[in-house]
Amino acid sequence: MTTVAAKPATKPANKPATMAQALGRALRDSMAEDPSVHVLGEDVGALGGVFRVTDGLAAEFGEDRCTDTPLAEAGILGTAVGMAMYGLRPVVEMQFDAFAYPAFEQLISHVARMRNRTRGAMPLPITVRVPYGGGIGGVEHHSDSSEAYYIATPGLHVVTPATVSDAYGLLRASIASDDPVVFLEPKRLYWSKADWNPEAPQTVEPIGRAVVRRPGRSATLITYGPSVPVCLEAAEAARAEGWDLEVVDLRSLVPFDDETVAASVRRTGRAVVVHESGGFGGPGGEIAARVTERCFHHLEAPVLRVAGFDIPYPPPMLEKHHLPGVDRILDAVARLQWEADS
Amino acid sequence: MTVMEQRGAYRPTPPPAWQPRTDPAPLLPDAEPYRVLGTGAAEKVDPELLRLLYAELVRGRRYNTQATALTKQGRLAVYPSSTGQEACEIAAALALEERDWLFPSYRDTLAVVARGLDPASALTLLRGDWHTGYDPREHRIAPLSTPLATQLPHAVGLAHAARLKGDGVVALAMVGDGGTSEGDFHEALNFAAVWQAPVVFLVQNNGFAISVPLAKQTAAPSLAHKAVGYGMPGRLVDGNDAAAMHEVLSEAVARAREGGGPTLVEAVTYRMEAHTNADDATRYRQDTDVDAWRDHDPILLMERELTERGLLDDDMKRQVGDDAEAMAADLREHMNQEPVLDPMDLFTHVYAEQTSQLREQAAQLRAELEVASEEAEEEAR
Repeated sequence: MTTVAAKPATKPANKPATMAQALGRALRDSMAEDPSVHVLGEDVGALGGVFRVTDGLAAEFGEDRCTDTPLAEAGILGTAVGMAMYGLRPVVEMQFDAFAYPAFEQLISHVARMRNRTRGAMPLPITVRVPYGGGIGGVEHHSDSSEAYYIATPGLHVVTPATVSDAYGLLRASIASDDPVVFLEPKRLYWSKADWNPEAPQTVEPIGRAVVRRPGRSATLITYGPSVPVCLEAAEAARAEGWDLEVVDLRSLVPFDDETVAASVRRTGRAVVVHESGGFGGPGGEIAARVTERCFHHLEAPVLRVAGFDIPYPPPMLEKHHLPGVDRILDAVARLQWEADS
Repeated sequence: MTVMEQRGAYRPTPPPAWQPRTDPAPLLPDAEPYRVLGTGAAEKVDPELLRLLYAELVRGRRYNTQATALTKQGRLAVYPSSTGQEACEIAAALALEERDWLFPSYRDTLAVVARGLDPASALTLLRGDWHTGYDPREHRIAPLSTPLATQLPHAVGLAHAARLKGDGVVALAMVGDGGTSEGDFHEALNFAAVWQAPVVFLVQNNGFAISVPLAKQTAAPSLAHKAVGYGMPGRLVDGNDAAAMHEVLSEAVARAREGGGPTLVEAVTYRMEAHTNADDATRYRQDTDVDAWRDHDPILLMERELTERGLLDDDMKRQVGDDAEAMAADLREHMNQEPVLDPMDLFTHVYAEQTSQLREQAAQLRAELEVASEEAEEEAR
């Protein structure tokens, strides 16, 4: 963990900042500190991004540093590869989760493996910002949870913040990383607010450390990104049922913090993995297997998963039935009373 | 008076005046491939350059035959020969300055060698002992790209970055005719033109994408014509004419360096061998088609020109041949040595810092290797 000095604030201190603003601030501070940091993507310039994350960057740093590109995701990421080969640190925006799919070949065939194929001679410090997940009433192709594709690709780091201050700290760390990072931004948390003071020294966490968001004794909820606040809410609600739930926010899917997760489950003896993306082939299966391998003798019940259904992301008027909510999590927690049922 | 002329009748507002964004005429390629050898233009070319091109062509051809032979001996996993296309390869390398960058595709080993990389290192990917056998930054040569056209946007991004830094660096990106159908080809050309990036795209149209002929690949008048739609000049050139290739590419590189933006060059050539040693070209083309191109061989064209003008004598010819033989012998010797591989390298270059997951897996492999080596020692006793 490192702290970075305060920079002149773009907004008044102590006014609640949103996650989108914190991400913008992380970009700004990174660009101010390191002239090799370049932001590129569709609409990132004059518009400031459709979520306003890049607001003001083109005005402050010029269009050469914050560039509106042609509308072509493979081109955006492909040119970023060349820029990184020449010593720049590109931060690309994919606008929406499903819009990133045309860039998959660049990501998987080149970005993820350039360090490896050149035996370390050519690392690519590229950050790919992907707003992901549902819950904002978006129409088709605007709400996918695509993390399973990314975590299945060796060579990529996959990071997703759940709090305003982590959004800042983890994005700073991602941009500073010498490896490519897929930075998944939970878009339904873009407008979540916190008393985050941009003028205070900021915490920049190294990538790859999970954090216990809420300590508890009777079971662990393992989660990340948009599902973290849902799990915290479920943990509060579960108190009425006599459950004292611990909530682990992974923050990084790759690298995976086995240590923090296993330590928590060994304490509580029970675990539920919660995420929005589909369960089959989703991150939850991997996490459940890792927990079982490490904590088998501590487990009082099978590791359960609460995930989105294995369906294409539903239309907005039905998404509330798809997204894992408090009730579905509490239902899983109830099923953790394995001995009573068997 | 018609109805429309009556007072108060609906009159559509004319739209804002339309203008072409750029005059297409100067961007259009020549009606037929540009040639130098055997024409009056050849007399203007520096004889030393012609001799250099000849020597490099002979060396390149020898490299191709040697590498093909190495596949038959099992020393290379695969080799996509560029026999017949040597002029394109040599021109690509020689048109660049040392500070420039080359972005080759998997068939462009020869361009990489002509640029100065040692012949054995250039074969690392095709030998199969690792993916890229050289430091791209040291030689300013990107890794040989196997996915088609995906290296083109890299060239654009690198050229763009270099221009932002004011370095006067040009990127030359190579692709085949099949690669022009890929989405990345389009995106790269579009980005390059919009950004006016100092990049040159060289399409080697060798007639086939594995087995699919050009007629099934595109309906465009020529691949060079595609440039017009992006707002960059297209040049059509005889890809077997090394002097023409060198001139056209050098002009495009100079133009890019001076801030004139990208150029698309289509080199019309022919793939004399099969796609790779694993391909059977007799299934999709006739020997008579191939024979028609034998008379238009790049080495033959250059040899004729030099001989007719008294620029090449038997001594020089022998010298060039001997140099190529020496290179081939050297390559053979390198390739006949068993490569020394460290299995632990599998985990070394995935991330800057190994993840705990990879550390565990590395420990597992290390243990397996120790057991294997103990067993081997016991067996030896």
